[in-house]
Amino acid sequence: MEAQVIQFFQWFWNLFGLWDLVWSFVAPAWPLIWTLVKIIAIVAPLMIGVAYFTYAERKILAYMQVRVGPNRVGYYGLLQPIADGIKLMFKELIVPIRSNKFLFAISPVIVLAPALAAWSVVPFSNGMVLANINAGLLFILSMTSIGVYGVIIAGWASNSKYAFLGAMRSAAQMVSYELPMGFALVCVLLAAQSMNLTDIVNGQQTNAGLFGWYFVPLFPMFIVYFIAGVAETNRAPFDVAEGESEIVAGFHVEYSGMGFALFFLGEYANMILIGGLTTLFFLGGWLNPFHGWGVIGVYTDMVPGLIWMLGKMFFILFMFLWFRATFPRYRYDQLMRLGWKILIPFTLIWVVVVAAWMQTPYWVWSSVQG
Amino acid sequence: MNKLFYYVKSFMLWELLKGMALTGRYMFARSITVHFPEEKTPQSFRFRGLHAQRRYANGEERCIGCKLCEAVCPALAIHIETEERDDGTRRTTRYDIDLVKCIFCGFCEEACPVDAIVETRIFEYHGEKRGDLYYTKEMLLAVGDKYEAQIAKDRADDSAYR
Repeated sequence: MEAQVIQFFQWFWNLFGLWDLVWSFVAPAWPLIWTLVKIIAIVAPLMIGVAYFTYAERKILAYMQVRVGPNRVGYYGLLQPIADGIKLMFKELIVPIRSNKFLFAISPVIVLAPALAAWSVVPFSNGMVLANINAGLLFILSMTSIGVYGVIIAGWASNSKYAFLGAMRSAAQMVSYELPMGFALVCVLLAAQSMNLTDIVNGQQTNAGLFGWYFVPLFPMFIVYFIAGVAETNRAPFDVAEGESEIVAGFHVEYSGMGFALFFLGEYANMILIGGLTTLFFLGGWLNPFHGWGVIGVYTDMVPGLIWMLGKMFFILFMFLWFRATFPRYRYDQLMRLGWKILIPFTLIWVVVVAAWMQTPYWVWSSVQG
Repeated sequence: MNKLFYYVKSFMLWELLKGMALTGRYMFARSITVHFPEEKTPQSFRFRGLHAQRRYANGEERCIGCKLCEAVCPALAIHIETEERDDGTRRTTRYDIDLVKCIFCGFCEEACPVDAIVETRIFEYHGEKRGDLYYTKEMLLAVGDKYEAQIAKDRADDSAYR
């Protein structure tokens, strides 16, 4: 890909006979430029994805509630997220007078930046990754847990009791659910014997198609990871941090305009990230679910891995919306009880079970590479 | 045994799955939304919308300035001033309804002995600046003149139930 792009520019500038001159200027900065291009290629579709995820959310929620949803702006309301974006951009930025201005301004960035940074190690297809680092899983864990600082700082800097209460709830919740999430990932780590996300996905490549993926042997962990992921992103039914009926909007109650939009972007980028990670860890990433299934396998192998990856992510994200349409919000003590007294002991036991299982001949998920 | 069954059931997330099946089913149900400007729900002939002042067939205004509506109005939205006319009858010189105060309870209509003040089926009206929703006697009479046929028909339909 990189070589083709350079070749194209070489052809273009050679039309004017300037290639050598241009390249002598560009060559030192080329790795940086190429990385920037790749970052844009990830972030721009992500932002569009976030915009249209809000649209999908409103439409799907509406259908599940026997309504129609947005249908006025453009065909079937398809321009609604763009209209919302323009509205948010032109809205007045209100800064509370007793707030800490610096922290108030910086906290939306702290929420959004790690949500975007985590995408740097997410492989979209075999080799299609910005940074193929060996400790990818650790990087993801550390990045997703930085977001909580943004939430706490936002709640503190707003100098408002609702924002503060929301931030406290959110912080406690995100810290509690990080543990079962981490333990669920320890199981994946045991199974894959690698922290490199590309290797984790390739470890799920067997001739059994989707039965070779880790959601089969680690099914309880798949559920736990998904529940913890919903809680991590403060989504319904774990959205006590926002709790519209109790504390207005939680930690971002004092934000308006683009500040609010950044929190929104961060939240939805995190959701899409959780969708992508669940896909990578448990649903075989870009792998074909029918691989090795005779004729079907041969034909479906022609579909590019990116399509499978995105399809699985859509499925997970649809589940997020389905949850929101179905479940009422947990009470705060129930939420803490679920996290500490059910999920954490359960995952701890399951780590031991998986580790023991892997020592027996009944563990067949890492042996049939192919 | 029951307790074991309960634990198994809750770890299988059985009830959550049942709930999701329900919402999943409703996703494909026909939406019951009325697409408002294009579609409208049927209205009762007792619908209480924008007010109107009526006239008799000979063009004489019905209102005799008894101020019963002003007295009964719970929102104090009606303001009336009257004087005696040359022919000895009492008529209003001012009859104002502040639609911003009005709660559309229909008491004025009930109180009126001559069916002068009525509430019509109109509900899609608006004001663009302050004071636009302060309806004077002329405006109310204009509404009545415009929709007299509908108003008379609604009163006739309703009379069967009184």
